[in-house]
Amino acid sequence: MGFIMSDNPPKDIKQFFFNKRWWIITTVLLVVFTLWTSEFQQANTTSVLVSTLRHSTPLVLGAMCGLLCERSGVINIGIEGQMLMSAWGGFMVASTSGSLLLGVFAGIGIGMMMGGVLAGISVGLRGDQIIAGTVINIAALGITSFFFSLGRTLPSGKAQVIKLGPLADIPVAGRVLFSNKPITYLTLLMVPTLWFLLFRTKWGLRTRAVGEHPSAAETVGISVIGMRYLNVIMGGGIAGLAGAYLSLEAVGSFERVMTNGKGFVALAVMIFGRWNPVGAWGAALLFGYASAIQTQFQFRDWLTDDPQFIGIIPFIVTIVVLAGFVGRARPPASIGQPYSRE
Amino acid sequence: MSSNTLALEATGISKTFGSVKANDQINLEIQKGRIHALLGENGAGKSTLVNILFGLYKADSGIVKVDGEPVDLGRPKDAIDRGIGMVHQHFQLVPVLTVAENIVLGNEPSNKANVINIENAKEKVRELAEKYQLEVDTEAIVEDLPVGTQQRVEILRSLYRDADILILDEPTAVLTPQETDHLLQVLKKLASQGVAIIFITHKLREVLEVADEVTVMRNGQVVGSTTPAETDESGLAEMMVGRSVVLRVSKETASPAATILQVVNLRVQDDRGLMAVNDLSLEVRSGEIFGIAGVEGNGQRELVETITGLRTADTGSILIGDTSITEFSPRQISELGVAHIPEDREKHGLIGPHSVADNLILNRYYKSPFSNRGIRQQKAIADYAKEMVEKFDIRTPSIETPSSSLSGGNKQKAIAAREFSHNAQLLVASQPTRGIDVGSIEFVHQQLISQRDQGLAVLLVSAELDEILSLSDRIGVIYRGQLIVTANAADLDRNRIGRIMTTGSDSN
Amino acid sequence: MSNLRLFLMPILAVALAIATGALIIALSGSSPVDAYKALIDGSLSDSKSIGRTLEKATPLVMGGLAVAFAFKAGLFNIGGQGQLVFGALIAGAVGYGVTGLPWIIHTPLALLAGAVAGAMWGAIPGILKASRGAHEVITTIMLNFVALNMTDWLASKVWREEGVIVRTPHIESSAEIPRWGELPAGFFLAVVVAFLCWYLLRSTTFGFEIKSVGLNPNAASYAGISVKKIVIMTMAISGLLAALGGAIETQGVVGRYEPGFNAGLGFEGITIALLARTHPLAVIPAAVLIGAMEAGGSMMQFKADVSPEITDIIQALILIFVATPILVRWFLSQKETNELSVSTTWGS
Repeated sequence: MGFIMSDNPPKDIKQFFFNKRWWIITTVLLVVFTLWTSEFQQANTTSVLVSTLRHSTPLVLGAMCGLLCERSGVINIGIEGQMLMSAWGGFMVASTSGSLLLGVFAGIGIGMMMGGVLAGISVGLRGDQIIAGTVINIAALGITSFFFSLGRTLPSGKAQVIKLGPLADIPVAGRVLFSNKPITYLTLLMVPTLWFLLFRTKWGLRTRAVGEHPSAAETVGISVIGMRYLNVIMGGGIAGLAGAYLSLEAVGSFERVMTNGKGFVALAVMIFGRWNPVGAWGAALLFGYASAIQTQFQFRDWLTDDPQFIGIIPFIVTIVVLAGFVGRARPPASIGQPYSRE
Repeated sequence: MSSNTLALEATGISKTFGSVKANDQINLEIQKGRIHALLGENGAGKSTLVNILFGLYKADSGIVKVDGEPVDLGRPKDAIDRGIGMVHQHFQLVPVLTVAENIVLGNEPSNKANVINIENAKEKVRELAEKYQLEVDTEAIVEDLPVGTQQRVEILRSLYRDADILILDEPTAVLTPQETDHLLQVLKKLASQGVAIIFITHKLREVLEVADEVTVMRNGQVVGSTTPAETDESGLAEMMVGRSVVLRVSKETASPAATILQVVNLRVQDDRGLMAVNDLSLEVRSGEIFGIAGVEGNGQRELVETITGLRTADTGSILIGDTSITEFSPRQISELGVAHIPEDREKHGLIGPHSVADNLILNRYYKSPFSNRGIRQQKAIADYAKEMVEKFDIRTPSIETPSSSLSGGNKQKAIAAREFSHNAQLLVASQPTRGIDVGSIEFVHQQLISQRDQGLAVLLVSAELDEILSLSDRIGVIYRGQLIVTANAADLDRNRIGRIMTTGSDSN
Repeated sequence: MSNLRLFLMPILAVALAIATGALIIALSGSSPVDAYKALIDGSLSDSKSIGRTLEKATPLVMGGLAVAFAFKAGLFNIGGQGQLVFGALIAGAVGYGVTGLPWIIHTPLALLAGAVAGAMWGAIPGILKASRGAHEVITTIMLNFVALNMTDWLASKVWREEGVIVRTPHIESSAEIPRWGELPAGFFLAVVVAFLCWYLLRSTTFGFEIKSVGLNPNAASYAGISVKKIVIMTMAISGLLAALGGAIETQGVVGRYEPGFNAGLGFEGITIALLARTHPLAVIPAAVLIGAMEAGGSMMQFKADVSPEITDIIQALILIFVATPILVRWFLSQKETNELSVSTTWGS
């Protein structure tokens, strides 16, 4: 993925496929598995793929938030809290105002604000980034639980599917790719956009420099602190979008602890995707699939008596990924370390 | 004739860190097109001064003028805009980016949409490299490059920004003699093209070789200015330290006895899977100092780590006395009587927040009398610590002070105290005098010689060729993981060693 | 920084949090004075309420110890919740499943079983970190979810009491931890454990090794300490402590294991540990404080009509104020690194 995994470009197209052999093998295996469990029926296959995309959207958004922060050198453990607060805040605003759009903006805004808090503590005050993120998580849990009141609804229901004309009529692909809800489309567009920004623009080069070797960036006149603030806040906005997605597009209401660990799975997605938006997208699809096949298990009557075993699949997969891949993945060199000029 | 306008003039620069006055009313005048050496031992304040000139620190008081105009240097960007460039002692390059990306970082050629034009960047770098004869491969990833080449990239970084004043902070610390010569040539060429050069070093010979003017600093103050014509090595040394300095350690010839350390056909991988130690063999006997000369990064670190048990060898064997230690843990090796002064004292040598006392027993905390059936014996620890502090003249407010409060020299003395009291048969010392004051350097050298005379076998690894030459009885020159030459110190001279260090071959 | 200031910081944090809480209560339409009065009434006014407070405080002591202990080695154990439910469940299982034993054997046996379960569950992220470099923040949180599911399954399928409600049968009386009057003996057991932890860290060689690894793992390994072993053992002990909290809760308070029990205790452990600035003995007063807030919560709802979740918010605020002064102080005096600089990156 010379133009995709731009940290170490391969020499030619053959090497590209060789480098990505694990992705390719996995995809093939999963496709076969899906077709088999859905007994080659179009409807079932489609529903699995749709479900995969649905589950993966908040994960890839969370991962993009995480990688934006970490590429600049800041660990963001608080994605879970950011998503939760935005889901709640977006829902409250949308149900009060009647406007979904306003709710989405509120969600993004809350995410950015919490990003600001994280940046303030870890960049401004040079505090421990993991503690800062945990504080955000706990605060979000407490605040959303306290202020939550049952019975609120969205006046016009959750976000609706927008079909992209004739493209939506293509079998399977039409339903999966071209009949989606707004934030889902936005997410699909954000992935290549963020990739391009990160690897082809001035901002991207400087961000990566700041994350790998902040003092080198500082000595050519880049403000490390400025870039970190900017990126952490922007990342927070993306996490906010993920939260808004959950309450306004996916579910249509707010439930306590509705994020249920997605913010942390997003971190595993980020690591698995090697801090690269496209890689993260692939990893998110994988995890989304792990969640989606829970329905397949039910459909096939596997383990229906013991649903708890199905429930743990995404979490086990996360652990396996983390244990299997972290050792070989190389994070941006300066993450976790506070930066000071003197 | 040289121009009368000063490229840079600093007046009354002062800077205090906590209780330490790093710079005390410093005055400095740098002429255009001249090479100005800033000389002083570690801790004299040279780095602080140039960091102020580059905008990394803000002076407490004083004025800096560039080209006659006073300037405010709050950030590196201000200095860069004023034509000041800096080549740092620890390179400020982003390891994972390419050469071209590193050089244009911050000033990237781009279009209106902020998309970088990388071909343009590479072209500009190539032109620049040709102009100054500093060859680089624009597409290479910086961390894959040898140190000498990385330095070239660092220099090009400043030149890309049209630096008129180039500051170099200890540039030759990581270079072989040949690379050093090449660098000095480059500097002369730059000076002849009008660039003013400030050259920080503590190496007297380089000053005499290349500088037009010398300013000597000590304890945060300027103690004198001179030119190479008016002085010599011992004159400079005296200015640096304030008293006459023993430049060469006086020692009797060694009388080595039994072989303590044997390394046989060792192969060790580095962190990236490349073969860092490549079929290396050596022997160190009791009562001798075996010095390994070589540019950093040629396998010394991996060799030392394998001997001390922190890394596993691929093939080959290591024997301490008659015991093969290739499967041993660090603790087992330590138990065999192997002491170790690590290269990076902050990272590996001391646990900062622990007290001086705890650090002094760090290699034996689990043994009697410091620990009895798993319970620590605080009194025994304290008694021992007090004894060590006195014997080794470690300056500390108390034995309970966190070791991070000690000065560099005293930290190294504490580590030396610990390792020399180990009752060891072998000492592996890596860069034992890096970054410490002359007094402590003398102390450590004397300790090494005296321990050798008492029968200790010493494996000395140092990037300071002078240190190797003055302390070692036998020398091995390492290059790409192999010892190209092993001989008695008397049979090797600095030029021959330097040639081997750079090229890997002993022939002319 | 003088010791007095170090001591005042947490107190200041608590005071600020209480003040902010009062503001929030006022904004939501109730009287802060009434609310806080009811809180104190419900938690500290008579031996019964004190008993309730100590009862709530007990698992908090253990949870706080678990997090604090892990911190000493530079590890961030967020898996307290999962470790705790395993401890609670296993203790409950041994408590009802084993019969015919005298109290003197049965009670410690059940506690031990729960503790061992927690040690094993805590060791898993420790092993993953030591051998593969997997960051314990994520693995422990993931394992929390796995633990909740697994204990759920065990309680509903394997060790299920006859009947509609999903729970284990009541434990034998020989496995119960008694009350002394109104005061739960379990609390004093927790206090003893806290002292044991303090002694271990302060005066044993093992404790020295743990702290060394936490302060500088590179230098520790140069000194011959096996960092991997310490990481695994510390996480195991941390898991053990959390699980013991669950076991004590089952044997001393509830009498059986019910799913949905004590949710959120993992995070509360972090609050306690930070409030106590990771000192094992300071965990005790910190836990009593938070325990008091929880014990008084229902009284606060009853008498002042304030939703008890306000105590969650106050805890979140305490955490923010505690963490920030610590961070501020860290920023001011960077040399004092006996502070909370936790693990710094994803790999080992």
